[in-house]
Amino acid sequence: MTITDFLFFAFAGATIMAALGVVTSKNPVHSALFLVLTFFSCSAIWLMLEAEFLAITLVLVYVGAVMVLFLFVVMMLDINVAKMREGFVSYLPVGALFAFLMLAVMVYVVGPVGPDVMGTAALDNAVQHGPGYSNTEELGKILYTDYVLAFEIAAIILLVAIIAAIALTLRRRPTTKYQTPGKQIKVKSADRLKVIKSDAEVLK
Amino acid sequence: MIGLTSYLTLSAILFAISVAGIFLNRKNVVVLLMCIELMLLAANINFIAFSHYLNDYAGQVFVFFILTVAAAEAAIGLAILVVLFRNRHTIDVEDLDTLKG
Repeated sequence: MTITDFLFFAFAGATIMAALGVVTSKNPVHSALFLVLTFFSCSAIWLMLEAEFLAITLVLVYVGAVMVLFLFVVMMLDINVAKMREGFVSYLPVGALFAFLMLAVMVYVVGPVGPDVMGTAALDNAVQHGPGYSNTEELGKILYTDYVLAFEIAAIILLVAIIAAIALTLRRRPTTKYQTPGKQIKVKSADRLKVIKSDAEVLK
Repeated sequence: MIGLTSYLTLSAILFAISVAGIFLNRKNVVVLLMCIELMLLAANINFIAFSHYLNDYAGQVFVFFILTVAAAEAAIGLAILVVLFRNRHTIDVEDLDTLKG
């Protein structure tokens, strides 16, 4: 067992344990934190597959942004945890059965046991790159040439998501005072300041 | 020996766990969204493993776009959830039956 095998099994085990934690935790906050651990160990798996850019993107975007968003929402909502757990045990057999059936079929088709109908066991065109190799550079080269239109569509999707999220959650409170930028810009100095002519006089 | 099949099996296990999670946490919408994120992660592991073993970067570009769409989906999903909780004071899926008529 080489060091690579050991690292793979360690991180794969951590990923699976954390994923089990996500679906079985009583408290949604614990679920979110387990999901953070899943993303971390999964990004280590991606590093072993030489996808360094995506591995660090997973940590920055998912752990840094999406999971923080999840945690904010979970803590903001006043959830009755005990009520949410009703039916957990009664759904357990059918859920485990379905999951096991799906897992059995998928492992039979692509996994190490079974007839290997897809030929995945023999597939190994992997190139081990040297220390001067930059995954980010290679990815950037095709992202900005072959996939540049898809890249711009992705940017528009993100923009639409920002606008949608803000438009959904924005609410006007009647008691709060707001500025009206249009009126502020239109105002002239004459509207604010009135110069009055008056004769000089001496106060006694 | 670690090969492509090991990574595909890991991804299959993650996907099965998230399917089980959707069955088990049928009441809590937040955990349902987390299970969907887990499913997308399982799909991404497949893409990256094939990208590595076929020596083709198209798989990694695809993962990049999946990450983008998943982030947008999570943001809008959580925004809808917040509005829902503000109006109904619950996120139990069984109470969200206004459209039933």
